[in-house]
Amino acid sequence: MTKQLVRADPSAMAGSEATAASASAETPATAPLAAEPLLQTVGLTRHFKLGGLFSSQVLHAVDDVYLTIGERELVSLVGESGSGKSTIARLLAMLYRPTAGEIQYRGRSVHSLHSRRDLLHYRSQVQMVFQDPYSSMNPVFRVSHGVMRNLKLHRPELGRSERRQEAERVFTLVGLTPAAEMLRKFPYEMSGGQRQRVGFAQAVAVRPKLILADEPVSMLDVSIRAGILNLMADLREREGVSILYITHDIASARYVADRIMVMYGGHIVEAGPTETVLSDPRHPYTQLLLSAVPDPREPISVSTSPAVGEPPKVVNPGEGCRFRERCPLAIEVCSRVTPRLTVLAPAHSAACHVAAADAGLIATPAG
Amino acid sequence: MPSPLLEVSDLSVDYITDAGDVRAVDRVSIDVQPSEFLAIVGESGCGKSTLLFAIAQLLSPPAEIVGGTVVFKGRDMVRLTEDELRHIRWRDYSVVMQSAMNALNPMKSIEAQFRDTIEAHDDMSRKAIRERSAEVLHLVGIDAVHLKSYPHQLSGGMRQRAMIAMALLFTPDLVIMDEPTSALDVVAQRSLMSQIKELQKRLGFAVIFVTHDMSLVRHYSDHLLVMYAGQVAELGDTSAVFENPLHPYSKGLLDAFPSIHGPRRPLTGIPGSPPDLARPPSGCRFHPRCPVAMPQCSTREPDLYEVAGTRVRCLLHAEALKDEAAV
Repeated sequence: MTKQLVRADPSAMAGSEATAASASAETPATAPLAAEPLLQTVGLTRHFKLGGLFSSQVLHAVDDVYLTIGERELVSLVGESGSGKSTIARLLAMLYRPTAGEIQYRGRSVHSLHSRRDLLHYRSQVQMVFQDPYSSMNPVFRVSHGVMRNLKLHRPELGRSERRQEAERVFTLVGLTPAAEMLRKFPYEMSGGQRQRVGFAQAVAVRPKLILADEPVSMLDVSIRAGILNLMADLREREGVSILYITHDIASARYVADRIMVMYGGHIVEAGPTETVLSDPRHPYTQLLLSAVPDPREPISVSTSPAVGEPPKVVNPGEGCRFRERCPLAIEVCSRVTPRLTVLAPAHSAACHVAAADAGLIATPAG
Repeated sequence: MPSPLLEVSDLSVDYITDAGDVRAVDRVSIDVQPSEFLAIVGESGCGKSTLLFAIAQLLSPPAEIVGGTVVFKGRDMVRLTEDELRHIRWRDYSVVMQSAMNALNPMKSIEAQFRDTIEAHDDMSRKAIRERSAEVLHLVGIDAVHLKSYPHQLSGGMRQRAMIAMALLFTPDLVIMDEPTSALDVVAQRSLMSQIKELQKRLGFAVIFVTHDMSLVRHYSDHLLVMYAGQVAELGDTSAVFENPLHPYSKGLLDAFPSIHGPRRPLTGIPGSPPDLARPPSGCRFHPRCPVAMPQCSTREPDLYEVAGTRVRCLLHAEALKDEAAV
């Protein structure tokens, strides 16, 4: 049973003391909630200009995102393709510069990092694992190449034989055994699941605090997905690393994550502890998403009503809720005012005018 | 009992390579009745797409049908010439490819592509073509104004639905679909599945639906074929296979899905990875990954055994049958 930590949302934490509650009563708060989260974003925004020189089309990939990731926390970012979840991963990995807003690592803005040493340090602390295990590895090198290089770059204090030892340790850790033999293989000699494990070994080797795992299982066969999901839970347990698990599959997010954030059209529309979000989804998009998940164990339901599903407009979207065209609950205000992520219950927030009104709150500025 | 629409018997497909022939589909037999929905599930490399292409007579070298027959509406398609095939393709059966992104021509409007398809198989006036195109687009819930659209102007879900509309141009008896939903997100997936089922009910065509996602077809298919390493692992009523999977592989696949309902329980997946078909394991092809393998599984190749209407390739059931016979 995965231990669950229920954490307050960034907006909830702003004023009051951060409250930690343990979801499972028998589990004391093993990881005391640090005063400051490991990583936090403040109004993180990334736009892409489309078209030629004189085009005024701007794609709002990520808009005004506040998220936090705590120490040793496994957080999942769920959303459909094009919702901006990969852009968030790339922003956090500093592969993109934000258009607005900032990323704070341990309370310090990463945009103030300028020296090569500081940047290198941040990049060693925040590692990335990519979606496609077939194209994210250089086919002409043995798989040891990536791990050794990563070690040489980020842990220069290690000697040659220590690097070897460390590489074998992390290979064993991710279940690639016998490690010495596995390290000598070429990517083409490995299956997709094994390659994805190499990806995690590379990341873990440099002792990161956070791993950004961008759809690490979506290209793998069903029968080996579970192994990678278990590996993530295991790495958090044993290496004490936090993981941001990005996925479009909410069932797998539920399987591993302490907390779920749901993205839609560049906004985070709902965030909260996994079981709370699943059992009591407040945002209509989350509700739609949950109703669409196929579940082989679910008895045959007749309620397979086709949802009118068109992706949101994120090019020059203008003001208003981006889900309003598909939303069964949309009211007049939804087309005028963009709802902000609002705390509706302890640690559970949603960006929806109707949900806020139901909770007795007003998500819109008066007037 | 009416004669089946499609009768595949002992179909085998080899990929002819320099390093020797690789058997991608191994003696597969299936029947499809009119208006039936048959789902074929399996992991990548299990031969499900090759089987589909063999049925549709779309294989190209190095793949080759080396044995068996595909009898569709009373004629063995394996023996038909290209010319004869052209007469039944699209009119009697059509194919929806996996990725509409790649299957549609980006340089042509939807209307032009529909027109090409119709003109290749029938003589119709321009006006009749336009009317029919608008009609099938309407069937899948796309407004006829999109006849003038180019593929890039449509969303992924709409493109996929346009592909399905195209497959329905001549109201065929059989529509073959190769993972039509795999590029879509869950919401679009769900809505497309309901729509396919709805159309099938209305128009009465049979569907062969290939997917790697078993949970997707749970509520939509009548029969389910689980493929493993080129062979039929299990074939039976969808609900029977889901409620009581007989093959350890089907069971493993079902248990590999995390659920959003009920208690969280640990998933094990299936250890190991699918076999290399150039060197399939001896005996039962699943035995190296099987949690309940017995000593004889590595030497004796299981047949397909019939257990309560389900066919299953597993020695566990051979033993059960023998015991029954003894009693």
